[in-house]
Amino acid sequence: MDWVNSIIQGILVGGLYALFAAGLSLIFGVMRLVNIAHGDLIILSAFLGLTVSTSLNLNPFLSLIIVIPAMAILGYLLQRGILNKTLGNDILPPLLVTFGLSVIIQNSLLELYTADPQKMNAGNIEVASLSLPGGLNIGWYPLIMFIISIIIIGILQFIFYKTSLGRAFRATSDDQEIAQLMGLSKNHIFGLAMAMSMVVVAIAGIFLGVRTSFDPAAGPGRLIFGFEAVIIGGLGNLWGTLIGGIILGVSQNIGAKINPGWQILAGHIAFLLVLAVRPKGLFHRMDG
Amino acid sequence: MPKKVLETKNLNAFYGDFQALFDVSIDLFEGEIISIIGANGAGKSTFMRSVAGLIDKIDNDINFNGSSIKNLRADEIAQKGIAMVPEGRKLFPSLSVEENLLIGSQTKRSGPWKLSSVYELFPDLCDKKNIPSNLLSGGQQQMAAIGRALMSNPEVILFDEISLGLAPIIIKNIYQNLPLVIQDGMSAVVVEQDINKAIEISDRVYCLQEGRIALTGESKKLTREEISKAYFGI
Repeated sequence: MDWVNSIIQGILVGGLYALFAAGLSLIFGVMRLVNIAHGDLIILSAFLGLTVSTSLNLNPFLSLIIVIPAMAILGYLLQRGILNKTLGNDILPPLLVTFGLSVIIQNSLLELYTADPQKMNAGNIEVASLSLPGGLNIGWYPLIMFIISIIIIGILQFIFYKTSLGRAFRATSDDQEIAQLMGLSKNHIFGLAMAMSMVVVAIAGIFLGVRTSFDPAAGPGRLIFGFEAVIIGGLGNLWGTLIGGIILGVSQNIGAKINPGWQILAGHIAFLLVLAVRPKGLFHRMDG
Repeated sequence: MPKKVLETKNLNAFYGDFQALFDVSIDLFEGEIISIIGANGAGKSTFMRSVAGLIDKIDNDINFNGSSIKNLRADEIAQKGIAMVPEGRKLFPSLSVEENLLIGSQTKRSGPWKLSSVYELFPDLCDKKNIPSNLLSGGQQQMAAIGRALMSNPEVILFDEISLGLAPIIIKNIYQNLPLVIQDGMSAVVVEQDINKAIEISDRVYCLQEGRIALTGESKKLTREEISKAYFGI
């Protein structure tokens, strides 16, 4: 039963990994930008949530009312102000600039919050659990987190394939030049895509900050999990990303079960195995 | 005298240090169709791309309805009412046929063209509206590309290499539909490889040669000798 329990916990945490990955995947899909600062932006959201919830004495989840719009606006301005200028035929400038951004975010957080690990307190929900027959216990918090992750991916999927904004995203992704001929402002569309990615980042940051402790240097680790989930699931496939997150979460938990030191390693091994067998990921890119 | 909708004055266009157009002055009047002919590399597509706002480096002015569009981005020019049917159709492959058409209406310009009128013009598209656009035949893709441009209800429509890579019967069909497309005071610039076709469908012809206008005149009045001299430069 311990094993079943581990697998279930792995599946549930996979939802969070899928959230890390969804924003990354969205940006790459629309504008071929690999955002190295993605993990740090998740941590930035967590710190922002911490500050909002402690200073206003709010539940961390309620802090989302402020953190979501703040991150969305930051994302839009970041894209319009800096990142759009780096996009072109060369893939190196956006990598370098987002890497620099990552360093800047980490060091600013270090200055502001020190290197001490922090955690947000969401009250009883964190420890409440649901007892299932057979001695299984599922925490309410991981379960809620998982369900919300699925809902968010469903919403992203809907926006991408059923709305005019999503149509504009896909058209711009297909051919930027022709999209402009259709009257779509590339810079604005990219700004909106980044804002949308930052909405997901904000939610992921708060979930992360309630689940575990975090510190200013925790970003790159989240970035790796996000990358791995995207690549396992197949680029440009949001449901695939969810499956990728779940595979990563389950492998980590199985690894930890065998030997507590193997948790992270097992996830990386699973990722490498998928990459070796299916370099394009388990699922195909979705079209239409 | 009809209104002049589009005018370039001694237009020069560059790709980096390479100059592709030299002093190209072209006028387009309301309701008129002009065609641009010339050998490969003569600058036909460069001219179209300059007007559409896709060439960064241009000298001298392009006026649309009396105001300069030289410094506008491609999307701003599209909003103003210049639509392009690009060379090679360039439909969006991850969008369905209908979504491709809907993208054309992104400019939110009002006018006679909407989904129903495009489907009326090209019934084939209506039958295939939900399939991915890259599964259409070449002719259907061209119809979709034309429909997509029409959906923005433009004042000027630019057809770049309208018949390139299409079967003769399809080309005939497209040209039969052209008068239905260009109506209600819309004006058009057509780039066409087939000189006879270019002359037949247009009011006036411009012939480009190595980036310069080698010949211009009313289509019906030009002789074959004049055209082949301007075309080949001999």
